[in-house]
Amino acid sequence: MALLEVRDLTVSYPARAGAVPAVRGVDLTLDAGETLGLAGESGCGKSTMAAAVLRLLPPGTRTSGSVLLEGEDVLTMRPGRLRAVRWTEAAVVFQGAMHALNPVRRVGDQITEAIQLHDKVGDRQAATRVGELLEQVGLPARRAPSYPHELSGGQRQRVMIAMALACSPRLLIADEPTTALDVMVQAQVLALLEELGRELGLALLLITHDLSVLASTCERIAVMYAGRIVEQGPADKVFEAPAHPYTRALAEAFPTIGDPASRRNPHGLGGDPPDPRDLPSGCEFHPRCPVSIAECPTLDVRLWPAGPDRAAACVHVRDGRPELVYQVPPRPVGEDAPVHQRAVPLDRGPEGSGEPQGGAPVRRGMP
Amino acid sequence: MTQPTTQEPVEALPPSLPPQLGPRQIARARRRQAAARAWREYRRSLEGMIGLGILVLFIAVAVLVPLFIPSSELDVTRATGTPFSPPSAGFPLGTDESGRSVLALTLWGSRVSLLVGFLATVISVVIGSVVGIAAGHFGRWTDSVLMRVTDWFLVIPFLPLAIVLATVLGPSLANIAFVIGITSWPGTARIVRAQALAVTSRPYIERARALGAGDWHLITRHILPNVVPLIFANTVLIVAIAILSETTLAFLGLGDPLRVSWGSMLDAAFTQGAASIGAWWYLVPPGVAILLVVLAFTMVGQALEAVLNPRLRGR
Amino acid sequence: MATAASRSFSLTAGHRRLGAKLVGALLSLAFVLVFNFFLFRVLPGDPAKNLTRNRLVPAEQVQVLRESFGLGKPLHEQFISYVGDTLRGDLGISYKFRRPVSEVIAERIWPTVLLLGVSTMLSTVIGLWIGIKGAWQRGSVFDRVSLGASLALYAMPEFWLGILLLIAFGVGVGSFPGLFPTGGLSSPNTELASLAGLWDVARHLFLPCLTLTLAYIAEYALVMRSSLLDELGEDYLVTARAKGLREALVLRRHAVPNALLPTTTLIFLNLGFVVSGAITIETVYSWPGLGLLSYEALRTPDYPLLQGVFLLFSAAVIVANVIADLLYAYLDPRVRSG
Repeated sequence: MALLEVRDLTVSYPARAGAVPAVRGVDLTLDAGETLGLAGESGCGKSTMAAAVLRLLPPGTRTSGSVLLEGEDVLTMRPGRLRAVRWTEAAVVFQGAMHALNPVRRVGDQITEAIQLHDKVGDRQAATRVGELLEQVGLPARRAPSYPHELSGGQRQRVMIAMALACSPRLLIADEPTTALDVMVQAQVLALLEELGRELGLALLLITHDLSVLASTCERIAVMYAGRIVEQGPADKVFEAPAHPYTRALAEAFPTIGDPASRRNPHGLGGDPPDPRDLPSGCEFHPRCPVSIAECPTLDVRLWPAGPDRAAACVHVRDGRPELVYQVPPRPVGEDAPVHQRAVPLDRGPEGSGEPQGGAPVRRGMP
Repeated sequence: MTQPTTQEPVEALPPSLPPQLGPRQIARARRRQAAARAWREYRRSLEGMIGLGILVLFIAVAVLVPLFIPSSELDVTRATGTPFSPPSAGFPLGTDESGRSVLALTLWGSRVSLLVGFLATVISVVIGSVVGIAAGHFGRWTDSVLMRVTDWFLVIPFLPLAIVLATVLGPSLANIAFVIGITSWPGTARIVRAQALAVTSRPYIERARALGAGDWHLITRHILPNVVPLIFANTVLIVAIAILSETTLAFLGLGDPLRVSWGSMLDAAFTQGAASIGAWWYLVPPGVAILLVVLAFTMVGQALEAVLNPRLRGR
Repeated sequence: MATAASRSFSLTAGHRRLGAKLVGALLSLAFVLVFNFFLFRVLPGDPAKNLTRNRLVPAEQVQVLRESFGLGKPLHEQFISYVGDTLRGDLGISYKFRRPVSEVIAERIWPTVLLLGVSTMLSTVIGLWIGIKGAWQRGSVFDRVSLGASLALYAMPEFWLGILLLIAFGVGVGSFPGLFPTGGLSSPNTELASLAGLWDVARHLFLPCLTLTLAYIAEYALVMRSSLLDELGEDYLVTARAKGLREALVLRRHAVPNALLPTTTLIFLNLGFVVSGAITIETVYSWPGLGLLSYEALRTPDYPLLQGVFLLFSAAVIVANVIADLLYAYLDPRVRSG
């Protein structure tokens, strides 16, 4: 039985003009001890997913589907059971630990609160455990009486991790754990997460917009776009040979250090993430997609198998022609890119009409 | 937990402008657009519109009252009603201790109360803005000294200070307005200073200075436009406080003895024993009038703040 | 990053700030003295004439008055003697009562303290509770009604409310009898020290206290509501919930204490307004405290008494502000070590 099994999860936020879907029919599985990375741009719904696993969404949010944690559906649990499950079976490490920690209480007390909520231990026992947890994440135990503002960003993130481990959960969800940290500190925190995962047999759901982070730390990756999973598979394969054009754009957005060609032609994806209130029809990615075809706006898109333990939501994968994703070189961003490198997308209408199909307004880099 | 992103289109200039535009015209056109946008946003607030409606009504009444009710009605020697009589056909709101119509008194009283309120606010806002801009823009010594003075005025309790000042200066319309203005400018000064500080530290100010801009130019062209919307919202709230202050001072007997205001009505009513007689008709109208006006100003002020600071919307 | 060494440094920073605040308070007090001194001497015209403007005073008395001001002596000598007298507790002689101002003030302090103390306690406790409940159940009937009522109470002159309550419950409307005394501290011929006397004082205290409480509840409720609404949007509450904390405890243990920080100091900072309210309410109810004394003083006008009361009120408010700063520094660790 998988540790975490998400089935057809849909989450909508209430809004004046009607519910806004943030997550639309997502399926995910995570086994014990496994690391899964969830990648995507801002607004794709990945943080919503993180909150949904422990039912931490703001009131008024509508959810459907099921989130099975050790076989129990979190979304239909009674409140008492939910509170017992929280932190003991799964714990969340939020981003921006400055605001995720109570600024006027000592960090040691906040960890103690987590411990004493689920375990009848005395204060002295709890204090010892707090010390152990802090050491485990690489902080000296005497830091326990500090206030959050007395610690650096990296230290606060470690405190959050220590707190998350307080009740020995089997699943750790890390929502953007390295955003807003310096690169060196990022590497340390990632290494820590990796190590803890190995030592404690923790399953890790790592959520970030930085694909390169996931490539090195996770066994499997899932990529989200507009509330849906558009690709998933083993991390190395997904990163090296993406089966979905969006994944490809994400992967190629990171320059290859030491490659002069990469330096002179920054690659990227024009346009902005779609507005969830006004999503493009069919495959939501088609307005920005360099390899879209006429069928894309009307496509009933779903995840098609793209190899052993791989899946991607692209029509080319469905048609068994994944190489089409690579027919077009990645689009350079910038008006002064050489003309011959601006490839003509397939079937986009008359040459030079400049009218991309689809609804989302587009800014740079599109002819 | 991520909220959907919105994309606001960049507004183009109105097409009616001729193509050859100097920078000043562009700036003015932009400002007019911003004002129009702000008004549209303001219109969406129900309480803002109600407050505005009430204010317009009161101001209209205050301005037009001489056309409907002759000032002779306020003359004690020509009063025709029985003193302290309850509301009747001839006197819809009853009479005061001299037999004058309470309705006439209330409507005429609005002129003084509103006038003093506005006058005091002008004094307060002008002083506050000057102090705030000077402190925020020039910084260091100017700032320290001005802030110490501001803090002193903020700390000293308003009414004892106002009483002492008013007693010494003597009761007159101008003096009361002056006293209220003098004691309430620190609030504006603080807000203006914060904004002036923020603006002065922005990069384009440094650039303007490098280009040779003097302080006067920086203040009038850069700081003032950024500060005015804030002052405006703050001013509205200050008028409310000024009117309440006038009422209080008049109630204590420090108002202009020759003029009727809502506060002086309450003073007369109270000292003439309206409370022990139970002459509620003399006491209720001026109080209700004050309540409505202050509420209206507060609603307008809050709506304005919401327009200026989108974070506050939906509270 | 505070190591053991830098933590001792940060104590000094906090101490330095406290020292600066105390110096500021002393400066403010000094300025009150200067203000008081110059107010009656720097105005146009003859101060003695100004003071006797409203009364018929024979010329010789005006001259005596002029001399009592020491107007003959150079200004700085006058100022020094003024400051010296004030520091020794000599605030002059009251015109109206013909007794030392300090004596008159001392007699009238405790009724004001009683009135302000009780009403501040009540308005704080009730106001905070209303604000918390309103914020937690934002948009509910309770919230909307309490918001509306708070705004209305805030917008009306407190003495008007006092007069209305006086009529309604003291005098009686129509056939309704008055339930409470209409003024004063106690009924004549009542032994204050007895149980009956205490009950009598309580009955007299009820209406003025009710008025002041209602007048100030609004501010506490509104500020607490706003403060708590700000806190409720913070991320650390999600963390608390994620740990498995019950919603009520999330509120009680995390949100409310943090939201209370600015409001606790508000109680002290509010003293300025509370004092203003005391003046008008004591006037309405003839409550024999410092407020009524101010009213009597300004009607005369009794300048030495006015100056004395102004000095006392200002000093009280300045001290309250210092306490507020200290309290905030004590409660908020970010301010303490920052």
